[in-house]
Amino acid sequence: MSTDQPIENSEAAPPPFVALLQREYPEWVGEVIAAFGEYTVVVPREHIVAACSFLKTSPETHFNFLADICGADRGPEEEPRFEVNYHLFSTTKHHRVRLKVLLNEEDTHVETVTGVWKTANWHERETFDLFGVIFDGHPDLRRILLPDDWQGHALRKDFPLRGYEPYSLK
Amino acid sequence: MGLENKIAEALPEVLTTRLDSLINWARKSSLWPATFGLACCAIEMMNATSSRNDLARFGSEVFRASPRQADVMIVSGRVSRKMAPVLRRIYDQMPEPKWVISMGACATSGGVFDNYAIVQGVDKIVPVDVYIPGCPPRPEMLIHAVMMLQEKVMKESVRDRRDVPEAEAREAVVPGTLPITDGSTARQNTLPESRPYTIASRHERRRSS
Repeated sequence: MSTDQPIENSEAAPPPFVALLQREYPEWVGEVIAAFGEYTVVVPREHIVAACSFLKTSPETHFNFLADICGADRGPEEEPRFEVNYHLFSTTKHHRVRLKVLLNEEDTHVETVTGVWKTANWHERETFDLFGVIFDGHPDLRRILLPDDWQGHALRKDFPLRGYEPYSLK
Repeated sequence: MGLENKIAEALPEVLTTRLDSLINWARKSSLWPATFGLACCAIEMMNATSSRNDLARFGSEVFRASPRQADVMIVSGRVSRKMAPVLRRIYDQMPEPKWVISMGACATSGGVFDNYAIVQGVDKIVPVDVYIPGCPPRPEMLIHAVMMLQEKVMKESVRDRRDVPEAEAREAVVPGTLPITDGSTARQNTLPESRPYTIASRHERRRSS
């Protein structure tokens, strides 16, 4: 975003696809967060694949590009603790949206979206590797960045900075 | 009228010298490095072979892509925990005699990367002959390290080199490390119970003082 344009405030009207989602599938839309001109839709965990599939195939939205999947750890004291963020982009409509799934620490399972976008494969492996989020139905859920015999998930807030002793090579 | 003609006139056909001197002289004059550029230090390492710095003056410019043809491994850059077994394997594949130069702060001590992902000094994995400080060191410092290594080579004796068979070297466990080779030993090794690292990091100590 260039600096001479004012940052869109949160009172601006949401883009039409958010209203479409709210109208057609209100059970998919938990909350809509608008900040800095970006729109985030919190989707209940059980609807994420259906929502992604709809957003990709519907001609009004046509989110044909999954830009990123990333995890976030809000901290061990938070409930829900983990977030999984899906950043979508449409190469034909040129609009973006972020989908967010909230997960409890005890049950970090979410359905895979590799059936919708193939590129989700490695993104989900990375999120599993670093946050321990289990993507049910993933074809090959292995670690991708850390060594295969690693213990723990390195980007969790309670992971010690220098790792665990057998692995720190100190 | 070349130099050899002069020598032929001035010297007899037989020279006597120590075998060590002859062999070490041959070894130090062609220290071929194995390519092991890992980070920004590698840019300086490449520059050391350029026309301006010309590492070839010391017989050490032939960077080999195959460890089988290399004599010295220049570890230039931070060694990640995932790269550590690869580095050890490359080292094991180099034929004896072999030497290691640890180039830069990260390879030597982990540098600023005092965290779970970076090996805190490549000497945890392979024996190091020469350490170079700096972040990154200038090419002149690498050349100086090569010259220091040449001095070290000249002091060695053929009788002192332990020519470890490769299979034996593969099983060797460097103190303070996991046996990291082909993964089979890592699986056999029962890990002690994990616990967070107990000694405060350099940054934590600095904060508390």
